[in-house]
Amino acid sequence: MAIETFASPETSFLFGRLTWSAIPLHEPIVVVTFIVVAIGGIALLGALTYFKVWGYLWKEWFTSVDHKKIGIMYMVLGLIMLLRGFADAIMMRLQQAMAFNGSEGYLNAHHYDQIFTAHGVIMIFFVAMPFVTGMMNYIMPLQIGARDVAFPFLNNFSFWMTVGGAVIVMASLFVGEFAQTGWLAYPPLSGIAGSPYVGVDYYIWGLQVAGVGTTLSGINLIVTIVKMRCPGMTMMRMPVFTWTALCANILIVASFPVLTACLVLLTLDRYVGTNFFTADNGGNPMMYVNLIWIWGHPEVYILVLPAFGIFSEVTSTYCGKRLFGYSSMVYATVCITVLSYIVWLHHFFTMGSGASVNSFFGIATMIISIPTGAKLFNWLFTMYRGRIRYELPMMWTIAFMLTFIIGGMTGVMLAVPPADFVLHNSLFLIAHFHNVIIGGVLFGLFAGITFWWPKAFGFRLDPFWGKVSFWCWVSGFWVAFTPLYILGFMGVTRRMRVFDDPSLQIWFLIASLGAVLIAIGIAAMIIQFAVSIWRRDELRDTTGDPWDGRTLEWATSSPPPAYNFAFTPVAHDIDAWWDMKTHGYRRPQEGFKPIHMPQNTSSGIILAGLATVCGMALIWYIWWLAILAFAAMIATAIWHTFNYNRDYNIPAADVTAVEAQRSRMLAGRA
Amino acid sequence: MLLVIIPVMGLTVFFAWRYSAKRDGNYDPNFHHSTGLELIIWAVPLMIIICLGAITWVGTHRLDPFRPLTHIGERRPISPTVEPLDIEVVALDWKWLFIYPEYGVATVNEAAVPVDRPINFHLTSQSVMNAFYVPALAGMIYAMPSMTSQLHAVMNLPGDYEGFSSNYSGAGFSGMRFRFRGLDAPDFTSWVAEARRSGETLDRARYLELAKPSENEPPVFFGTVDPDLFRRAVNRCVEDGRMCVDEMMALGSTGGTGLLGTINTVAVAGPTSAFGARPFHVDELCTPQEAIRQSGRESVVLLDPAPLPISTPDETL
Repeated sequence: MAIETFASPETSFLFGRLTWSAIPLHEPIVVVTFIVVAIGGIALLGALTYFKVWGYLWKEWFTSVDHKKIGIMYMVLGLIMLLRGFADAIMMRLQQAMAFNGSEGYLNAHHYDQIFTAHGVIMIFFVAMPFVTGMMNYIMPLQIGARDVAFPFLNNFSFWMTVGGAVIVMASLFVGEFAQTGWLAYPPLSGIAGSPYVGVDYYIWGLQVAGVGTTLSGINLIVTIVKMRCPGMTMMRMPVFTWTALCANILIVASFPVLTACLVLLTLDRYVGTNFFTADNGGNPMMYVNLIWIWGHPEVYILVLPAFGIFSEVTSTYCGKRLFGYSSMVYATVCITVLSYIVWLHHFFTMGSGASVNSFFGIATMIISIPTGAKLFNWLFTMYRGRIRYELPMMWTIAFMLTFIIGGMTGVMLAVPPADFVLHNSLFLIAHFHNVIIGGVLFGLFAGITFWWPKAFGFRLDPFWGKVSFWCWVSGFWVAFTPLYILGFMGVTRRMRVFDDPSLQIWFLIASLGAVLIAIGIAAMIIQFAVSIWRRDELRDTTGDPWDGRTLEWATSSPPPAYNFAFTPVAHDIDAWWDMKTHGYRRPQEGFKPIHMPQNTSSGIILAGLATVCGMALIWYIWWLAILAFAAMIATAIWHTFNYNRDYNIPAADVTAVEAQRSRMLAGRA
Repeated sequence: MLLVIIPVMGLTVFFAWRYSAKRDGNYDPNFHHSTGLELIIWAVPLMIIICLGAITWVGTHRLDPFRPLTHIGERRPISPTVEPLDIEVVALDWKWLFIYPEYGVATVNEAAVPVDRPINFHLTSQSVMNAFYVPALAGMIYAMPSMTSQLHAVMNLPGDYEGFSSNYSGAGFSGMRFRFRGLDAPDFTSWVAEARRSGETLDRARYLELAKPSENEPPVFFGTVDPDLFRRAVNRCVEDGRMCVDEMMALGSTGGTGLLGTINTVAVAGPTSAFGARPFHVDELCTPQEAIRQSGRESVVLLDPAPLPISTPDETL
């Protein structure tokens, strides 16, 4: 038992509690993974060195403050972490499909419990969040006709803090262990008595480092939307994706500090010996559960609102129609934003808050389904009398509408407290939230990636492999999660490692088959990216507007120049670019002026690197290093304030050259 | 709900087919607003949610696990002569302890109830959060340390059922299952008698031994039980010399013990925090009367022998 083993950890001054025994050499699965990762990593680093791209990466990407490059880096981070999170998912499905008839499966409790915790943490914090933030980062400034975000350096710093958090979580795989508490780390299990070793500390510091990035990026994007819209773009003319980005970022800024505070209290319990959430001495674990869900429920809407925004853009573009009920769509988004704060208790009806409190939160939850339903109807009536082109993003949208509505229905079922007393913590719940997160958030992100890929890179994605991926994902999702709905109705609980009822096994086998289909879907998506890059000349888009788009990002070239727009556009209507096209807009050919732009800086990556070191030092109780890294962070931040080389002007001649090049490209098409 | 969902799914598929660009679907790019339609798409779900909300309010109150039962089945009100059966449940790492105060017996990982007799469960946990769940009996409810939750239920059909923890609680969670038996009155009586015959006694020392982490425990029966055990488990004073939480709160409500409260603690075994703080518990206080009762009048020195209120710090400590 862990409690006895680590009752008094041996700590040395130099290395804290880090010893050779922290390397899990006794876990063959981890060792093999490490070898594969090490070989792959060395090959990648070797290739980067061989092709001499380090300088290019550092100058053009890592230190870049360009919102477009940062957006792409967020997407790359999300994709890499998706592979890790999905590997965890496959391992869980395999374990649960095997562990019947007295078999223990192939994972011991220590390993299995880390895997389901890591799966949840990674998928939410390091897959969905980077994807959503990356999407907002790339698209939103273009949609409002801005040249960058409000605080470009902060944007770079936010990104690297997110990476820092991801690095900390990934390091736990090979040094020490990750938390074995479930993805929200409820105390007292996550307290020092329940989890004395480093697992929960990895969890805390990984999330705290990444959380700084997320909060700052939320502030940045709100200010950008509020202050940097082009002339004529009133709030009620903003593209719906920008509206959802605004609401999602308001949710981030209002809810992530709650998470931070909640984790700080847990940290004090674990590091200083306070008793906020302990079982003894007046601690109250229920307080943690409330606090974490006051963050956790808005988090769901942070993810799904931007996805709704993507579906809105995609539907109106491919139907060739203005979005049906623009203002009701906006009001629905704002309603959801407000309501998402008064439903958190539905995550623990079974804690015994009393019938009136439970009813209040249950009914508040159901009320959210009204604006969400209104959104669905709006997409439906956008399709009505449209001229629907079935490109991949539209296919994802239809698949989303049919999938998400089931997730919404099961959500309303869970919102009824008496039903929740039976279904809570069951696989029904698991099926429900995967239904809305995969069917809502992920399908939306995939639609968005396919939709805006040509904007970002100047060529389309290969449709064949995209369709393979689409069908595998959609069918894989249903094959994987329908059995979980059924098992949940039978009363099967989540996070089980072994089962004793052999009649359940068939459902787990079917679910594993679904996971395999999803794996093929992911593989097909990666092949799609590779094939598209290979065949980029055939898939080239010279117009900058391959889908006959409606919003301002399609007004500029693909990929957009560093300054986005040579002249700040002026919006006269909702769907500003569509309006410009119908009124015979002509691109300006001359009269360009120098454009004032922010300068790249290495401060962001250095600060985040130091924060990561500080986090690792705190996890391992290496106090001198933590103090040193923290002091270095402060010093770097002060040093950065003395950096006056923050901006530059793109000379008018360069702008003229870039725009002339674009004119030639446009003419070449004709 | 299906009133909305099925038509919407049908319409999605129909519109997707009908208005495909391949078909001539009387395209109207300017159809983007209709007050009537919008009124319907907001009002109809609103109506449904109002109905559902009303049902939810009533249902949640009726089926609240903390509310005592009034019926043991449809049109079967509880007769006033029937006393409900109290069962005290403690979630331990990783097994379930059931105490039957009425019969003075206790069991581990097996519980039995007489059919058609209302049962009042009182639940707590020793270390971490768990959820008590017997799907055949009633909904689940969390069992949490230092707190009691309640569940009122009745088993109508005799049989062998399964119960388990439905909130992840650590390494041995998967094996935290127990047999739950619904028995006819005579069978239940003999089940209790069988428990009595086991001869084992569950006192505070045995409880602490039981509370040590272990996995996949077979059922154990205890013929006699310390009647105060559950109160002590809830109030975290099963160990000797610890102040019970209820006592602590009573002291606090009368102004507390002042400075004494900061020194009246004793370190206990367990992992230290990162900065070296040791876990501790608050030591028991005893009144002068208790001290005299325990040690004899001659060994107790009273500075102020006149009043002896309960909250006076004890000079003999």
